[in-house]
Amino acid sequence: MTSVKLTPRRRRRLVRVAGYIVFAAAILAVVAAADWGRLSDAFFRSDVAASMFPEAITIALRNTIVYTLLAFVFGLTVGLGLALMRLSSILPYRWFATAYIELFRGLPALLVLFMVGYGVPLAFPDREIPGGVYGSVTVGLGLTAAAYMAETLRAGIQAVPKGQLEAARTLGMSHPRAMVSIVLPQAFRIVIPPLTNEIILLTKDTSLVYVLGVTTTTIELTKFAGDTLNTRVNPTPLVVAGLLYLVITLPLSQLVRGLERRAGREK
Amino acid sequence: MTGMSTIEIGALHKSFGRLEVLRGIDLTVEAGEVVCVIGPSGSGKSTLLRCVNLLEEPSAGSIRVAGVEVTDPDCDIDAVRRGVGMVFQQFNLFGHLTVRENVTIAQRRVLKRGRAEANRIAQENLDRVGLADKADSYPAQLSGGQQQRVAIARALAMDPQLMLFDEPTSALDPELVGEVLAVMRGLAAEGMTMLVVTHEMAFAREVASRVVFMDGGVIVEAGPPAQVFGSPREERTREFLHRVLEPTRVSETEIGAHLTE
Repeated sequence: MTSVKLTPRRRRRLVRVAGYIVFAAAILAVVAAADWGRLSDAFFRSDVAASMFPEAITIALRNTIVYTLLAFVFGLTVGLGLALMRLSSILPYRWFATAYIELFRGLPALLVLFMVGYGVPLAFPDREIPGGVYGSVTVGLGLTAAAYMAETLRAGIQAVPKGQLEAARTLGMSHPRAMVSIVLPQAFRIVIPPLTNEIILLTKDTSLVYVLGVTTTTIELTKFAGDTLNTRVNPTPLVVAGLLYLVITLPLSQLVRGLERRAGREK
Repeated sequence: MTGMSTIEIGALHKSFGRLEVLRGIDLTVEAGEVVCVIGPSGSGKSTLLRCVNLLEEPSAGSIRVAGVEVTDPDCDIDAVRRGVGMVFQQFNLFGHLTVRENVTIAQRRVLKRGRAEANRIAQENLDRVGLADKADSYPAQLSGGQQQRVAIARALAMDPQLMLFDEPTSALDPELVGEVLAVMRGLAAEGMTMLVVTHEMAFAREVASRVVFMDGGVIVEAGPPAQVFGSPREERTREFLHRVLEPTRVSETEIGAHLTE
């Protein structure tokens, strides 16, 4: 085996094996360097974890999901309106939609949440957003989400070939009818992956809800974990909360993959 | 409706910005006629066709479809389009709907036909184009020729009094052209009024009642196919037909090439 001249195939194999080894070595080095005893005392205390249940699921996880869905539905509705306004032939509509999108994409979600939570009651002292915290969260997170989703939806609508609208109009459909029956269904299929990303981002943004002052019944995962951390003086709740977030987000990714496969078949 | 031409186009102009695509078109299509429009790319054939159902807004001139002035701002264009079927080069089937749904959606949403009636009419028209067994397929599962036949069935299901064809076979693989032309020939034989933009000279020669040759945004020559193909009056028509019908006999000097030196 001395000084064997490497064939191209052997050389490629060698490079690949070296790649695996470097990767494994890097991971092993990090794992070996960590102090697992202290780490597990801090982050994996089963008694602390157990004390969080069932409330972690029945209240915190549930509220996280509810906040996400409410904000998503609100954001999608407003976002669709904005997308259509951006594509409208009426100039002021386009101006408004563009200004809205630029503004709310540029502001931190936390800031918008604050302004909705504390600014709206100041501006309209006689009224309040219906639904209490749920309503404020819906609007506060939804306004930001709408800006992102408007751009996604606009791109989706524009990705539907022009011929689709022409064919529909040629069959005697009005413009709105053609949009509803022909263009939007295809646009939504196109934007399912980015919209799901938006849900995943929203799921994580619900961790900002605490600024509105949540109670034991309206608490969500991050605030719940933080509170437990404070009372038990141990960060295990953060790990539990993290895992519960993944319980929401991982199935979503699976769902997207399934939908993409289905859309691919029909294309 | 007697005495009223299906299409009457007068002094039609169309510009895209500074580019004048149609420069004064006069054309009449009578009920039951099959008029084939031929001509080089960029001659304005497709634009002319698309003006008839207002997919393009004419810059000037008048277009009457079944007596209705479509350029009138008060014209109910959706109502006019209901009576005018259109078939596109790119088929434009609705990708998210099955073949049956493609053929029923406008019947249901526009003509307000019930589900059972729409399905029955869809089935009849799919049968007409030889695709009765494909009703549950999605467009993507069909060949180009089959998709185009579905597109024809979709238009026919609206009971149009006029069919517009915009280069219906130009996007097809050569071996799939015949099946679409066969359907169109059948339609012509049934007496359908048709305005066809095409590069299929054999089809135009065989099926057309009249052939219109366009170039540079004007109608250069029009007449019965035997005359336009057999003894074209205009030099430009002769040159075009020579290049299209005998592509292997286009000489190098004609195109200014110097390959044999």
